[in-house]
Amino acid sequence: MPETAAPRLHALAGDLDHVAARRAGAVPGDSLGVAGAGSERRAGAVPEDSRRGRAAAVPEDSLEVVAAGPERARGARVWAALWPKLAAVGLALALWELVVLSGWRPDYVLPGPAAVLGRLFADTMSGEVLVAAAITMKRALLGYAIALVVGVAIGLLMARVRVLRTAAGSLLTGLQTMPSVAWFPLAILLFQLSEAAILAVVVLGAAPSIANGLLHSFDQVPPLLVRAGRVLGARGLGLYRHIILPAALPGFLTGLKQGWAFAWRSLMAGELLVIIGHAPSIGVRLQFSRELSDAEGLLAWMIVVMILGVLVDGLVFGALERAVHRRRGLTGVHA
Amino acid sequence: MSIALAHAPVLAPPPALPPVALRLEGVSRRHGVGADAVVALDTLSLSVRAGEFVCVVGASGCGKSTMLNLVAGLDTPTAGQVHVAGGRPALMFQESALFPWLTVEENVAFPLEMQGVARGERRRRVAELLAMVHLESFARRRPHELSGGMKQRVALARALAQRANLLLMDEPFAALDAMMRDHLHCELESLWQQTGLTVVFVTHNVREAVRLGDRVLLLSSRPGRLVAEYAIDIPRPRRIESPEVARSAREITDRLHEAVRDA
Repeated sequence: MPETAAPRLHALAGDLDHVAARRAGAVPGDSLGVAGAGSERRAGAVPEDSRRGRAAAVPEDSLEVVAAGPERARGARVWAALWPKLAAVGLALALWELVVLSGWRPDYVLPGPAAVLGRLFADTMSGEVLVAAAITMKRALLGYAIALVVGVAIGLLMARVRVLRTAAGSLLTGLQTMPSVAWFPLAILLFQLSEAAILAVVVLGAAPSIANGLLHSFDQVPPLLVRAGRVLGARGLGLYRHIILPAALPGFLTGLKQGWAFAWRSLMAGELLVIIGHAPSIGVRLQFSRELSDAEGLLAWMIVVMILGVLVDGLVFGALERAVHRRRGLTGVHA
Repeated sequence: MSIALAHAPVLAPPPALPPVALRLEGVSRRHGVGADAVVALDTLSLSVRAGEFVCVVGASGCGKSTMLNLVAGLDTPTAGQVHVAGGRPALMFQESALFPWLTVEENVAFPLEMQGVARGERRRRVAELLAMVHLESFARRRPHELSGGMKQRVALARALAQRANLLLMDEPFAALDAMMRDHLHCELESLWQQTGLTVVFVTHNVREAVRLGDRVLLLSSRPGRLVAEYAIDIPRPRRIESPEVARSAREITDRLHEAVRDA
């Protein structure tokens, strides 16, 4: 290529990329163009189009403008994400109140939301909720941490050793589908009514999901990326560290999340079955409420269980998943 | 792996000719065993000189990709020998195969990191490579934010980062539209002229092969055999729509159709 032609080609490159990026972002817009220019704005294809267009065309200069935008929009975004949730909670409380008002059960058996929320508030202020939540969450975290180590070790081992996978693959799936409550009689026989019995079942509940999640996420790594990694010089353990593990991360996160759900359920079952008197965990409080026919307290503690579950799922796993998906452009699910 | 590095130059060619960058001697590759075995490549022999741009064309199933895998060291031949001079070759695929968890600059830096190049040097070379493919301002972007053509240019920069003497390309522009492909032909041609790389470019597009190659090798299908070889002496820079390119392409396409009929 003669040197004089180079700048012109360079400019052409920018134009082409611009065109390509716009086209990539505006597929719906293109098809709407046939229907008529007037429909384009309504379809909502325009913001997407202009965002990609701007990103591709003037990357450096527009960065500050782009950075200022989300700052202002954050409040609106949070509200947009929040109000449907608040509305759902409101609706659930309203239905609950309606059932109570219908007189289906006397209110010492099924109290209304006002009484229960009042009780929840009182128990929170007195510190009882915090003490119980601390005991329960400590068990959950410890059990989950052990399950994570065990699950990852088993998953890695089975991924590396084919015979092991053939031998134990269905066993692992069997363990995963087995309701972990079924382990408690054996765990109580082995460990008596102790922390160890609860922890053992939490680990048994969560580890198979984590191991299986890791194994399946390895299966779904695109072979092309592994080939590319090998060509570019990643070998042996480096191939795992630099290519397979990061490529498997989204699938592995799903396994981690499922593992947490199993751990949390096993823990609740465990705390109801294995009562350790000197440790007033959430399960113990639930059980005592039932024994004392304290319906208000029982429902208040159930709400605590639910809130903790939602918080961990949303704040820990949800945030992790969103971060990974956003970085890789897999935003379809969480958009 | 039967890749041997270049021998000591006992039988070196006369100094006027550049040395051989790649030589295949009677290379065969069978997939499977017994009656179900498929011969992907049959006693293929060829050699590519350093700095040469060689295009390989053939109908689907002619073992083009098998050949590249053998040369790249991702596969081993069932018979014959593959000689690659000057270390492991770089390979570019039809899909960009960029790592979605890394930014553009991290992708380009990946082979340097694998080679243990220090951070400062890495940064300098990545900037240089991104400038070569005109993507400096996209260094911090992630692959999913780029168009198909831009992704292939990042993949090209990443392949060049290996500093291999030999660049293998497996239909790298097949998934792009004609305009983008035409543009990337110009960019690749100019990069090749600047760097003195040896390129083996596999494609099923005969015009593309004539547009780019010093030489075009024609492979037959099942089993893949070398059936013809064309030296393209159309002066550069070439244009894909020029009559000379069209004429050569027609000649090769006719021969290709014959080869497909015979198979």
